[in-house]
Amino acid sequence: MQKMLMEGNEAVAESALRAGCTHYFGYPITPQTELSEYLAREMPKRKDCFFMQAESEIAAINMVLGASSAGARAMTSSSGPGISLKQEGISYIAACSLPCVIVNMERGGPGLGNIAPSQADYFQAVKGGGHGDYRLIVLAPNSVQELADLTVDAFDLADKYRNPVMILGDGLLGQMMESVEFKKSSKNDVSKKTWATRGAKGRKPNIINSLYLNPVELEQVNLKLQEKYREIEKNEKRCEFYEMEDAEYAIVAFGIMSRIAKSVVNEARQKGIKAGLIRPITLWPFPSKKIAGAAEKTKAFIVTELNAGQMVEDVRLAVNGKKPVHFIGRLGGMLLTPQQLMEKLEEVAK
Amino acid sequence: MKTLLKKPESLTDAPMHYCPGCGHGIVHRLLAEAIDEFGLREKTVGIAPVGCAVFAYNYFNVDMIEAPHGRAPAVATGVKRVLPENFVFTYQGDGDLAAIGTAETVHAANRGENLTVIFINNAIYGMTGGQMAPTTVLSQKTNTTPYGRQAALHGYPIKICELLSTMEGVAFAERVTVSSPANIIKAKAAIRRAVETQLNKEGFSIVEVLSQCPTNWGMKPLDALKWVEEEMTKTFPLGNFKDKKGNGKKGGQ
Repeated sequence: MQKMLMEGNEAVAESALRAGCTHYFGYPITPQTELSEYLAREMPKRKDCFFMQAESEIAAINMVLGASSAGARAMTSSSGPGISLKQEGISYIAACSLPCVIVNMERGGPGLGNIAPSQADYFQAVKGGGHGDYRLIVLAPNSVQELADLTVDAFDLADKYRNPVMILGDGLLGQMMESVEFKKSSKNDVSKKTWATRGAKGRKPNIINSLYLNPVELEQVNLKLQEKYREIEKNEKRCEFYEMEDAEYAIVAFGIMSRIAKSVVNEARQKGIKAGLIRPITLWPFPSKKIAGAAEKTKAFIVTELNAGQMVEDVRLAVNGKKPVHFIGRLGGMLLTPQQLMEKLEEVAK
Repeated sequence: MKTLLKKPESLTDAPMHYCPGCGHGIVHRLLAEAIDEFGLREKTVGIAPVGCAVFAYNYFNVDMIEAPHGRAPAVATGVKRVLPENFVFTYQGDGDLAAIGTAETVHAANRGENLTVIFINNAIYGMTGGQMAPTTVLSQKTNTTPYGRQAALHGYPIKICELLSTMEGVAFAERVTVSSPANIIKAKAAIRRAVETQLNKEGFSIVEVLSQCPTNWGMKPLDALKWVEEEMTKTFPLGNFKDKKGNGKKGGQ
């Protein structure tokens, strides 16, 4: 397969097609526009593929619910305000154990915010967002290549666990161009989806539902979900360690911020500061044990995010008071410069 | 011996939870009969609403999905676009379809989604215990309009068949009631026609059923039937509003 120069949003779209996504429902919002427009162009050319611009974000996620119930690999994409509107549907999809992929190319918030890159939807993605005790598998790529790779993984994980998977990117990642090679592909296996509502031919009807008025029953449903989440935690944590072998100071960053952090690690090493990078790739399940392990060896952590400090809470839980955990971030769509991060590192290392 | 009447195969044996005198049970049966008659049971996917009919998935002996409040037409759109050869219906009440789900209803209709919507209009929120519905008629008392619905304060009852029949995507729209045996026969015919509309791939079909809610209207069942016929039909005239293929009469006759 040849390497191509491609925009992040388009790489997700192309990769979704290669992963057997046949149904896309979305509503226009910046900065994920190119993703839907790519599919609007490409899906009608393919047999059995279907693209729809829905009347609202709410309708789009419910169309995903319907398409997934019928056994298709279905996807929607949006950004902050649109993802907020989808939360109701996401809670139902999680409750009904339906697979689907949701892309959030984050923008500055709260409210209408702006269209600049941000990571301020971490809590929303990782801690719930909608009502009830549920979890999304949250993948945080940091390059166009990884957007492509993780999109395929997202569809596979969604089907494997019958769970919604979110790809958490941001406006910068979605709109930057890098070389990409589509190495991975996958297929939908409808025959394995014996739970799907496709007509009760020669079997008892399938019911996709999240209403259990009897608390005894609903508790059992919840316990089953929790059991699944424990299984996901056991199997699917992903994390990148960079220069952590002898690191005294660990920078923890995800997504686009990890790129800036990596350059700072390199620069710090030249200056004689033994810095390393921990990059969670799955934000849920969160690689807590890896971070706890690092806490045994390092002197301090610096968490850096494009928000007011969200993932830092999970890092602090993992570190559990063993070492100091510092934070530096920027808000409202502003980028943290390598210089700012370097200054913070030097201050901590002093 | 010959069996003259039996329970439709498209209904389960589960006892229904509906109140005495409620119209839901009748409409469930009519729809189930139609599904049986067209031989569609094994290729049907139904979408249940939030509201009194939320448990419809227990009563229809077909594949069912329970949708978030008002979102049934969007869920049905997703299903139908994956399974265009299946029969897909939504079963929704007035709060679900004409208040919280208005956008989903209007846009599914406007897209001409090849779906069938069974719309129960009983002018009240039943499941939550009798609040104003978008279809509550003027001066009707409910728990949230204890002095009666007033146009200046609450706006006017929404006439869904009239509204949707202006849309090009809508192939069939008819308002019926189940207030008497004669009306039930007409309701059945409308439901059959709606099913047929979908099978012929003509587009969006809706049957609005004016249905009695004695519990939340605070009436005896017989009085409730009378109220449907004498009061509700003043605001919501019965009749066919659109039938692209058939010989539908125009506008509430």
